[in-house]
Amino acid sequence: MALYPNPEAVAAEVATLEALIGNEKLGVTGVSLAVGEVTVTAEAGKILALLTWLKTEPSLLLDQLLDVCGVDYPERDQRFDVVYHLLSMRRNLRLRVKIRTDEDTPVPSVVDLYPTAGWFEREAWDMYGIFFAGNPDLRRLLTDYGFEGHPLRKDFPLTGYVELRYDEEQKRVVYEPVKLTQEFRRFDFMSPWEGAKYILPGDEKAAAPAAPPAPAKN
Amino acid sequence: MAEVDIKTYSLNFGPQHPAAHGVLRLVMELDGEMIERCDPHVGLLHRGTEKLIEHKTYMQAVPYFDRLDYVCPMNQEHAFVLAAEKLIGCTIPERAQYMRVLWCEIGRITNHLMNTMSHGMDVGALTPILWGFEEREKLMCFYERVCGARLHAAYFRVGGVHQDMPAGLAEDIMAWTESFPKVLDDLENLIVENRIFKQRNVDIGVVSAEDAIAWGFTGPMLRGSGVAWDLRKAQPYEVYDKMEFDVPVGRHGDCYDRFVLRFYEMRESLKIIRQAIEQMPKGPVMTEDGKIAPPKRGDMKRSMEALIHHFKLYTEGFHVPAGEAYAAVEAPKGEFAVYLVSDGSNKPYRCKIRAPAFAHLQAMDFMAKGHMLADAPAIIGSQDIVFGEVDR
Repeated sequence: MALYPNPEAVAAEVATLEALIGNEKLGVTGVSLAVGEVTVTAEAGKILALLTWLKTEPSLLLDQLLDVCGVDYPERDQRFDVVYHLLSMRRNLRLRVKIRTDEDTPVPSVVDLYPTAGWFEREAWDMYGIFFAGNPDLRRLLTDYGFEGHPLRKDFPLTGYVELRYDEEQKRVVYEPVKLTQEFRRFDFMSPWEGAKYILPGDEKAAAPAAPPAPAKN
Repeated sequence: MAEVDIKTYSLNFGPQHPAAHGVLRLVMELDGEMIERCDPHVGLLHRGTEKLIEHKTYMQAVPYFDRLDYVCPMNQEHAFVLAAEKLIGCTIPERAQYMRVLWCEIGRITNHLMNTMSHGMDVGALTPILWGFEEREKLMCFYERVCGARLHAAYFRVGGVHQDMPAGLAEDIMAWTESFPKVLDDLENLIVENRIFKQRNVDIGVVSAEDAIAWGFTGPMLRGSGVAWDLRKAQPYEVYDKMEFDVPVGRHGDCYDRFVLRFYEMRESLKIIRQAIEQMPKGPVMTEDGKIAPPKRGDMKRSMEALIHHFKLYTEGFHVPAGEAYAAVEAPKGEFAVYLVSDGSNKPYRCKIRAPAFAHLQAMDFMAKGHMLADAPAIIGSQDIVFGEVDR
């Protein structure tokens, strides 16, 4: 029975991809291998050229796009990762391609290459506000009609901003700001011994400069 | 005669429609009875699963997967626990692997029974769904006996499965595998060769192999178009490489092929269930690593360490090393995958759920164009859509 992932095939895949680093046209910036999965980081503007190459390269033939999704790292300058998961059925290989972007810079859409990217890009737009230039139908997908904001961003609260209910007097559904009957509980599991980032109550005294010793009394 | 300008007619199909398999809203533009454009509006069942999981520990995240595709809950959990195990780097006992295979295949049969029978009902065959649900009920009882819940199992855990099968369950499942083929034969006689059923399904929603790949189809949708691709064979996980089964493949890529293919898959699943029970070794069903697996109740009465582990696991949970993993399983509907990004804490940083039906439904416009309005339910039925996983 075929072993998957086949270490030799993965090593060959990594070698093929590493040869691309420095290629101006494809914009590959790095290749890494972790838990048996190959990840390629690339420049956002050249993603279309890169995916076209990956799809047609005879040793890879990554012709199925399974997933496009965003990941949010708000502390970075370019806060979003856009992650593409590709599969080659003929070579039995998988590949992950990651690019970075920010809230304002559009990413070229890959709909013309993979029609299935349409909804996945719509979802990423809906959830993160990542803009895909060239997607013919970049409407919101999963959120409510008239929804504002991008819910999967890390700075979007879990409870959201509005809640809806049926109003008996107006005989329609109304939106209202979220009211929590109980305070939102967020447990902090960082051990103070393993580098919690906040100061425990009382610890500030240790950091304060020591008071000058009282003059000795004779 | 003066030229008449015919306007297309807009029709709102759903969101509450018996053939919409949940809360699908299709905005269709019709030319007479012919579908010119079909725009699925999804998200009516969107619950923000991915966002919720980011705020839950790994163990608390498992039950959310039951609520995605609620027709075959354990198959979804499988992808998540595989992704977490990949990041932790833990291996699970062999018995647990067999258990997972066994319950995944039972899940496949529950899913295919539900789908094929409701597909029949969508095009007018009312009897099969009643017969199919009777068998499904037996499988739900097996679910209940192994994990205590009929639907929301939360049975697969990181490190194995929650508990071993109670005595007698394996024998009962074996007995059921003896009786089920007879029911399958009956159902086949009832519907597969039925003239009306064929008229409604043959050559409807034809997808070529190239289109199926381009639209990201997986599972029976892809195999129905003649692509022999099954993750259980091509990228075996757990003990699927030790199982002997065939992968049925369709030829025409139409609704009828996909329907019949699911019937064959049920028979193959039966084979796997029997092999899994026969070959299942004795032993633990959960990893022995106390940092991942909760301790036994008996140990907690005597061992201080076990008590501490229990407390830590059910409050803080275990920490998963930083990194990212993509784990895919062959769920009944296709490739169900979880892309997990961990930052080293006890909660996932990002958990993207790749649902097969999401990609299938996207192709609705492409598949329904040029068909009659009455073909739309047949196409939706053959796509095997469950809104829990499309909307997440």
